[in-house]
Amino acid sequence: MIEAVGLTKSYGKTLAVDNLSFSVPTGRVTGFLGPNGAGKSTTMRMILGLDTPTGGSALIDGKRYRDLHQPLRTVGALLDAKWVHPNRSARAHLQWLARSNQLPAKRVDEVLEIVGLTAVANKRAGGFSLGMSQRLGIAAALLGDPQVLLFDEPVNGLDPEGILWIRKFMHRLAEEGRTVFVSSHLLSEMALTAQELVVIGRGKLISQSSTEDFVAQATENTVRVRGPQLAALRSALGQAGVSIRDEGESLVVSGMDCADIGELAARTQTVLHELSPQRGSLEEAFMQLTGDSVEYHTEIADGPTPATLVPAGK
Amino acid sequence: MTLLAVERIKLFTTRSPWWCTLIALVLTIGFGALMAGTSEENIAPLTIAATQFGYTFGLVVVMVMAALAITTEYRFSTIRATFLAVPNRPTALIAKATVVAVLAAIVGEIAAFGSWGIARLMKPNVDLAINTAYEWRAVAGVGLVYGISAVVAVAVGVLLRHSAGAIAVLLIWNQLVEPLVQLIPKVGDDIHKWLPFNVANKLITGNPDPSTRDVLQGPPPSDAVLGPWPALAAFAGFAVVLFGIALVVANRRDA
Repeated sequence: MIEAVGLTKSYGKTLAVDNLSFSVPTGRVTGFLGPNGAGKSTTMRMILGLDTPTGGSALIDGKRYRDLHQPLRTVGALLDAKWVHPNRSARAHLQWLARSNQLPAKRVDEVLEIVGLTAVANKRAGGFSLGMSQRLGIAAALLGDPQVLLFDEPVNGLDPEGILWIRKFMHRLAEEGRTVFVSSHLLSEMALTAQELVVIGRGKLISQSSTEDFVAQATENTVRVRGPQLAALRSALGQAGVSIRDEGESLVVSGMDCADIGELAARTQTVLHELSPQRGSLEEAFMQLTGDSVEYHTEIADGPTPATLVPAGK
Repeated sequence: MTLLAVERIKLFTTRSPWWCTLIALVLTIGFGALMAGTSEENIAPLTIAATQFGYTFGLVVVMVMAALAITTEYRFSTIRATFLAVPNRPTALIAKATVVAVLAAIVGEIAAFGSWGIARLMKPNVDLAINTAYEWRAVAGVGLVYGISAVVAVAVGVLLRHSAGAIAVLLIWNQLVEPLVQLIPKVGDDIHKWLPFNVANKLITGNPDPSTRDVLQGPPPSDAVLGPWPALAAFAGFAVVLFGIALVVANRRDA
């Protein structure tokens, strides 16, 4: 369990992290979500004792990271896959790490096997692709077989295969009962990976809840209706007092569920080609919640577009 | 011991220490050979001091090696990986400085005895037997100066964190600032007597009074007022203080 209490970090006058309190429950994948520059990496560095908080504290199982004995046995972290000397081989990189926490040398071969880098173990890490570097970083995080794992933007810049691999890997780690804390600005990714969400914007906590609750709270559920003769249905819906929005050929209805709309369609003898519940995407929920806390706004007007809606149950 | 092993693995699994060691040895031993080859019995006789003429050049390379050992950790952020694995930062940095200093000392001894040895091979007729305490210091002292200088270089590397900056400071200080301080009117010479590398040089060139020998017959003599061993102790004290400051800074600073 990771616990942040009143965590604050300021650089001069800039508050990077502002009185942030949250907890990461044991044995689950918790997503750490926020726009770029929200303070996610700074928070992770403070949890890991790399940066000293200006105020507050971060505890792992009740201890500050810098007070842990042989910390790799308790906490594994991948903050940046490029934290490797480019001329050192993958095996040598893991060897010195293992040695520093008195882990057996054979553990190096084990983690290389787990992440599938055995074949390139003696190659220089500088020649690795981003995906391979990421795997090496994960191998390093797993060296001490820790119960707590932190990953900072692990899928950033990876190809689809790499993303899928990382996603499966996170789930596997959580299934093994480990605590996984993973940051991302990719909301759709978090929806697939995380069970819990800690959302921050501009260094402040926006919400902490389960992923489902977060999406449900923040998004409006609608139903998409498509058909060749919607005029009759439209007036019937209008009489029922629900709000209707036109979206190309179809109607988007909010305030009535699929079953009721279907029955209404039957009564008005309307042929339907589509009747599907729509759930607002994490992106929308996220934009709604963090809309005024994004550090660098763009000039592009951001209205909801059909492309941001994904069918429910995906 | 664990951390020493860690730093040993780190040091020898990159290329720069190997290259720097090779260059340091070639430079110093090469100068030893040059001195032996150009010596003439009556005009410029070969002495033990003369065989060590190149030690300051090797010193520069060894300090570059020592500075790189820490600045490349900052350059590639492996220092963060180190501090994650060993959150007690001072012990991690002390282990690094120790390993680097031991390597530097070994390089120094090989360079010094190599220079002396090659001169003996080239001029078998000249008496180069190491007999006096002065002669022992002139040769074996090189390793001690290299080792302590490596600690100074690691400290500068920790404080500045950039390879180019740290190397520039070390080279400008050692090669330019210390000699040029003497040009300051009135106080220049007095300041120079206490500058660290000049003090360290006393171990190798001091006692008997070096001003009586030809300047060309060995490394430029030191004008430090301390005796050879107190001079080495002063240089070591300077290295320890500088390294201590580096430890405090590294411990407080965000990694």
